[in-house]
Amino acid sequence: MDIPTNYLLALSGVLFILGALGVLTRRNAIVIFMSIELMLNSANLAFITFARSFEDMIGQIMVFFVIAVAAAEVAVGLALIVAIFKTKQSIDVDQISSMKG
Amino acid sequence: MTQDLILFIVLAVIAVATAVSMLVSRNAIYSAMFLVLNFVTVAIIYLLLNAAFIAMVQVTVYAGAIMVLFLFVIMLLGAEKAASGDSLSWQPPLAILLGGALLMEFAYILFVRQKDLLPAMESVSKDFGSPASIGTLLFDRYLIPFEITSILLLVAMIGAIILTRNERKES
Repeated sequence: MDIPTNYLLALSGVLFILGALGVLTRRNAIVIFMSIELMLNSANLAFITFARSFEDMIGQIMVFFVIAVAAAEVAVGLALIVAIFKTKQSIDVDQISSMKG
Repeated sequence: MTQDLILFIVLAVIAVATAVSMLVSRNAIYSAMFLVLNFVTVAIIYLLLNAAFIAMVQVTVYAGAIMVLFLFVIMLLGAEKAASGDSLSWQPPLAILLGGALLMEFAYILFVRQKDLLPAMESVSKDFGSPASIGTLLFDRYLIPFEITSILLLVAMIGAIILTRNERKES
């Protein structure tokens, strides 16, 4: 077992940046939501890496809770997207601007 | 270079490639499938890091349940095709610029500044990350957060039902 901790954290950082780019550049609300999942996943990878390198399992417990919260978040978020689609007939985030002043 | 490092590099390349493919796919269903592949790849990296239980949770909950929910909603709304006409003109270059700056900061911190401060991976005991030891920790020291998670999931379920309920029945 000799994967340097640096490499794992670098992979986590690259995945986080790709997720952030997805949120910033895509207009489809579902793809934006999937990018947020990618960012959560990269944070989980950092947690697991630190749990392994500090030999402390609390990092893995934390990932367990993050996954549970992500499941709750996806259920509510997708329900919101469906509700918005029912009224607007679109999930393009550029067109959801009814609260604009 | 050992087996573990070679395996990790291959998995890292696959993870980054699937994440990029997810971002550039114009069809949302392809994006979802690339994300499933990414989650499974990350689960295999978890296995390399002695986190077998979390790897299984990742595959069943993330790659299984959550992504099936995504696919259901994409197909239900018929929203798989990207909208025509790209009105985002100046945002993508700016986002790539800022993402590049963040990547440089990551690289500086991880490979120059903190290079030798991070603990190396020593060998761990056999039950590190096993379901039994995770369960002991979860039901002993973290019992109250665990119970609160169940309430959170209940609230999310009720919220999703209320948000998507058919309001025509009321009138």
